[in-house]
Amino acid sequence: MKHMRITTAHQSITFSRRIMLLGGAQAAVGGLLVGRMGWLAIAQNEKYQLLSESNRVQLIPVPPRRGWIIDRNGKPIAINKASFRVDLIPQQIVNASQIIAELQQLLSLLPDDVERITRELAASRGFQPVSVADNIPYEQYAAITVRLPELPGVAASRGFTRSYPAGSAVGQLVGYVGPASAIEYEKENKNPLLLIPGVKIGKEGLEKTLESSLRGEPGGQRVEVTAKGKLVKELDPKPDVSGQTVQLTIDADLHEYAARRIGDQSCSIVVLDVTNGDILAMPSMPSFDPNNFSDGISRNEWKMLSEDDHLPLVDKALESLYPSGSTIKPSMAMALLNAGIDRKERVNCTGSYPLGNHVFHCDKHHGPVDMTRAIEQSCDIYFYEMCRRVGAEKLAPMVRSMGFGEKFDLPFDNQRYGTIPDPEWMERKYHRQWQTYDTINMSIGQGQVLINPIQLATMASRLATGRRVLPRLLKSKPVLPQTPLAVDQDHIDFIRLAMAGVVDHGTAASAKLPLPGIQMAGKTGTAQTHNLSASERGNYTAANWKLRDHSLFMAFVPFDNPKYAAGAIVEHGGFGASVAAPLVRDTLTFLYDRPKAIAALQTFEQGLGGTLDERLARKTAAWRQANGLPPLPSAKT
Amino acid sequence: MITSAIIPRPLARLPWRLIFLITGIAMFGLIVLYSAAGGSIHPWAIKQAIVFLVFLAIAVSMSWMKESTIKSIAFPLYGMTLFMLIGVEALGFVSKGAQRWLELGPIKLQPSEFMKPAIVLTLARFYELVPPAEIRRWRAIWPAAALLGVPAVLILVQPDLGTCIMVGLCGVTVMFLAGLPWWVFAGPAAAVSVAAPVVFGMMHGYQKKRISVFLDPESDPLGAGYHIAQSKIAIGSGGIWGKGFLHGSQSHLDYLPERHTDFVFATMAEEWGLVGGVILILAFAAVISWGLRVSQNARTRFAQLAAAGLSATIFFYVAINLMMVMGLAPVVGVPLPLVSFGGSAVMTVMLCLGLLMALERQQRTVSRLA
Repeated sequence: MKHMRITTAHQSITFSRRIMLLGGAQAAVGGLLVGRMGWLAIAQNEKYQLLSESNRVQLIPVPPRRGWIIDRNGKPIAINKASFRVDLIPQQIVNASQIIAELQQLLSLLPDDVERITRELAASRGFQPVSVADNIPYEQYAAITVRLPELPGVAASRGFTRSYPAGSAVGQLVGYVGPASAIEYEKENKNPLLLIPGVKIGKEGLEKTLESSLRGEPGGQRVEVTAKGKLVKELDPKPDVSGQTVQLTIDADLHEYAARRIGDQSCSIVVLDVTNGDILAMPSMPSFDPNNFSDGISRNEWKMLSEDDHLPLVDKALESLYPSGSTIKPSMAMALLNAGIDRKERVNCTGSYPLGNHVFHCDKHHGPVDMTRAIEQSCDIYFYEMCRRVGAEKLAPMVRSMGFGEKFDLPFDNQRYGTIPDPEWMERKYHRQWQTYDTINMSIGQGQVLINPIQLATMASRLATGRRVLPRLLKSKPVLPQTPLAVDQDHIDFIRLAMAGVVDHGTAASAKLPLPGIQMAGKTGTAQTHNLSASERGNYTAANWKLRDHSLFMAFVPFDNPKYAAGAIVEHGGFGASVAAPLVRDTLTFLYDRPKAIAALQTFEQGLGGTLDERLARKTAAWRQANGLPPLPSAKT
Repeated sequence: MITSAIIPRPLARLPWRLIFLITGIAMFGLIVLYSAAGGSIHPWAIKQAIVFLVFLAIAVSMSWMKESTIKSIAFPLYGMTLFMLIGVEALGFVSKGAQRWLELGPIKLQPSEFMKPAIVLTLARFYELVPPAEIRRWRAIWPAAALLGVPAVLILVQPDLGTCIMVGLCGVTVMFLAGLPWWVFAGPAAAVSVAAPVVFGMMHGYQKKRISVFLDPESDPLGAGYHIAQSKIAIGSGGIWGKGFLHGSQSHLDYLPERHTDFVFATMAEEWGLVGGVILILAFAAVISWGLRVSQNARTRFAQLAAAGLSATIFFYVAINLMMVMGLAPVVGVPLPLVSFGGSAVMTVMLCLGLLMALERQQRTVSRLA
């Protein structure tokens, strides 16, 4: 430190200097404070106004009613029913097992339900309610309500449940709804609506894919509350906006009829209106009852469904893929005609067709056949020979243009497009050259050919019209213009006649429409699921169900002025003519003469032993017995 | 000063501008308290009005004190306050609880409040006694440090961090103005800035959390950051013109904690907006700069240092409170003088102003005689 004598004068100067400094510092702090306040009140005003408003106004949410799903005539497919329900709020539960025991007694819950509740309670996220029982009778609701003070964590409320009048007939079409899972809640940015007991969102099928239209906007009572939650005043309520009603092109009656007519088969049938592509029916059976799923199903119920070899959890109309079998032949014929094959030219069918060191078979000795007869009698040898001559390069594009291998613009997330092979595809997929036997296999819809029922129905409508018919399910979607296919009208007329011949006197002669003046055109198909030996052919009872051929049929009606088209695939149904064709016949009859079709159905169901629901109940009881479970009480709604 | 034939001389010679200013601030405070009570003079506005008037009268009567009187009471006042602080501490120890006040009949006395003016007067008196040549010596530093340090520690252990900081800052300001060498202030400041990260690293988890919540209150809006977050919402949502008198939802719906005491500025800003805030800040600035002018015009070293220290006390009150409510400082519990409800802050500020007025009157008298 420098030693200098500091005088009073020095001190005075220091003081003046320092007090200026102090004043300056204070002014700077003042400026900082004004600046900070300006920043908060001007620059961030909007943000803080929002926060202040969200402090002030709280919303007591009222869930919106889910939109209905109706058919083309306005008949309800999925609706809401007023109901009473009971939920558990995991956070508030003191003694879970005791509460569940009491609820079991009060609501007469089944052991299956108790098991589900316990499981869901363990997996829940605390604030997320677990559904105890939905759709309970008023007496039970009242019994719970009066005892609520003794049951911490139990919430009884009035609400709506989703109801599907047609039950399992529409299971695969509409899917089902259920409470949002933790993952779905996170995915929707913690949408508080999803936490309200009884709010369900689409989980599968149309309920899931049309969720944004069906859900609606939650409303609520807007209230001004203090920080401690005390209500100060009620503000104007925000009305909830019900979900939109979605109209389908489906004809609910036809759909349900077809579902019932399928019987106990594992099958899907698709019916189209060829003039605009409207899907009139697309049941996939057997199915699950979406009414049960919406309540949350028990593990046993789930186990029974997933163990079933008839695959009730798969939408066979879109998800399952099958060899097309002979249903591919009319399209092959169109390709042959385009390639210049004379339709009068005959091929002699001797029942077998040697190629290299392999012999391909036909199921009959047809003798000399021309194109018409080859279609009517479904002669394989004719198509082996002609297709070999023309080559796969000219066949595959025609088949594809008819709808095989195509994915349609439909509101489903499980649609598969299958395979129509060609040399280029073979190279890409299997890294080998296309061989003549690949053409032979493809010519009768075997080998790598894989299709689904919606494609089969589409092919029928395109063969019928010569136009690119596009299936449509939502009424709100515009009908797309049908562009003409690369086929002559003369060829279309020929194929209509030939396919009418199939039903009139060909392989499907037993499936003539019982309607005077209306003639159906069709094509049968029998798709091999494994290599049957020649002796096994036709002897289906001998084979295990799983090894039987798939039975296919496609048709349009009336043959000379087509209006409707259908495609049906019956898994392991055997001959196309014997199972799939009568199914299509009765279903199309329903469109023209309901009483006649219903009479046929009643006879059919009597032969099976009861209606769909009766048979399902019997099946469930048998399964439960086989698995050592007590029978379900019949009172369960 | 008002010169008029009608008004008697003693009244005319009061510093009317200052009195109008602080009365204006207090009136505004009463309006805010009226609104904070949901549009009622009960329970806050009416009490506050009485307290203000009483202390205004005391302050005005103090303005006739002579500088020599003030000088002579500086050390005794300090000694008494220190004694009371120790008494409070002992009482707290006996009753096994934190205690900040002594109960003398109906009056609750917080000795730490008296310490703010007392430390200023004492240090001013001390540095008046130090000969100019000695000012850079140790003996000019350590007694002041002890005079300041002992009460600061006593207040800190009460615990009352806000008042401790206030007392410390007031004392340091007087020492700075007295002309102590720069290193006395720069050294500790540098040491603190170096040590801070090290200390932070050594802290417990919950202590770290408190600091990080202060730095980013939105990270814990329902917990420790709640006060600051809600206060910022109140100020920010007020905008330029405010939501209007009696229309502050943050304060009226209880979202703003301490809306009539420490966070009264947020209550005000929500209803009166940036305009009200700037007017209030400018009014305080005018009061403080009046005090600094008293210091600059002072003839004696004691008056210089005392006046500057007393204005600094008012400044620290306002600055710390506003920084706190705007999220620039941690919540330490310093009220906004004359606006926040509560007698202690009014008392302290009015004592400071009374002393300032006395010093100012002295100047005029002296200058006139000179």
